[in-house]
Amino acid sequence: MADKLDQKQNFLKGIIKENPVFVMLLGMCPTLGVTSSALNGLGMGVATLFVLLMSNIVVSLIKKQIPSKVRIPAFIIVIASFVTIVEMVLEAFIPFLYEQLGIFIPLIVVNCLILGRAEAFASKNNLFSSIIDALGMGLGFVIALTVLGATREILGNGSVFEVKFVSEDANTFILFILPPGAFIALAYLAAIFNKITLKTI
Amino acid sequence: MLISLLVITLVAGFSLGFVNNLTIAPIARAKLERKINALKLVLPTFDNNPIRDKVLIKSEKAKDSIEIYPAYLNNELVGTAVTGSSEKGFSGLVKLMVGFKPNGEIENIAVLDQKETPGLGTKMKDKKYIQQYRNKDPATFNLNVVKDGGEVDALTGATISSRAFSESVQMAYDEFIKK
Repeated sequence: MADKLDQKQNFLKGIIKENPVFVMLLGMCPTLGVTSSALNGLGMGVATLFVLLMSNIVVSLIKKQIPSKVRIPAFIIVIASFVTIVEMVLEAFIPFLYEQLGIFIPLIVVNCLILGRAEAFASKNNLFSSIIDALGMGLGFVIALTVLGATREILGNGSVFEVKFVSEDANTFILFILPPGAFIALAYLAAIFNKITLKTI
Repeated sequence: MLISLLVITLVAGFSLGFVNNLTIAPIARAKLERKINALKLVLPTFDNNPIRDKVLIKSEKAKDSIEIYPAYLNNELVGTAVTGSSEKGFSGLVKLMVGFKPNGEIENIAVLDQKETPGLGTKMKDKKYIQQYRNKDPATFNLNVVKDGGEVDALTGATISSRAFSESVQMAYDEFIKK
């Protein structure tokens, strides 16, 4: 029973207490770069979630075989392989999303969230905990990116998931879909998120 | 240490090769499909295979060679699709496919590649914007945006994207005329 509770906490910490975007501020490059719409944020989040899950699984399986001197290159090879697989699969089956995300897909390799979880968690814990950790952290990342993307899309384009709710030629805060808007929106969302979670803890 | 790294890289290499084999056909098919859809959009009804009849032309203005797709209906030339590109977009390359009628008027335009700002430059894909190019002959229609003394209304907040768009159309027209 204690173990079960532990896993639940392990899962929830990635979404709330240690949310990679709003609390730990990890993986800022895709967070700021691709979240100009809710769909882009969601796509990027899911791609990252997949890579994180697979790399956590593999790293926790082979952790005993890797000498600690070369563990970082070994982790990077594992992560880069999965990223390349994601890139090829997206290009083949979801070309629309592939075009939208562009250069940010290969850049998942250097997302410090993934290497961070491999180094800090998966290389020290068993397979099951690592899977739960990856799912929690990954979902936290997906939610954060989707919320950020939706916020920017609502303010900047007057739409959510490409469904427009203002008239075609209405004036919107174009600033929010431009790069500076990413910083502003992220800062406000992080502040609101921390305000809310601090109260409940 | 060496062995464990070697094993990891070997496994990674083989699995990548395996996935590449799986996806190479769908990737090629998706690309071809996009090209065919673009051709169908910019050309009138045709019954030949423009992709088989395509001509490649080297140009010092563009990195890739310019592709020219002739369209025939009952062995009569009904239109020509020409690719045009510009590096001067807001975020780099803008690539278009422009369909010309035999008399030189623009039939329609499809955007093949662009990385413009979502919500601003990406509106170049909208029918409303492309409409002002349709049925115009670039010989008599000044393709520049109004700001530069031309006749094209630039997209709001995306003059640079509109310039790149017009430049791409101009490049396609220049190649079309040469031919």
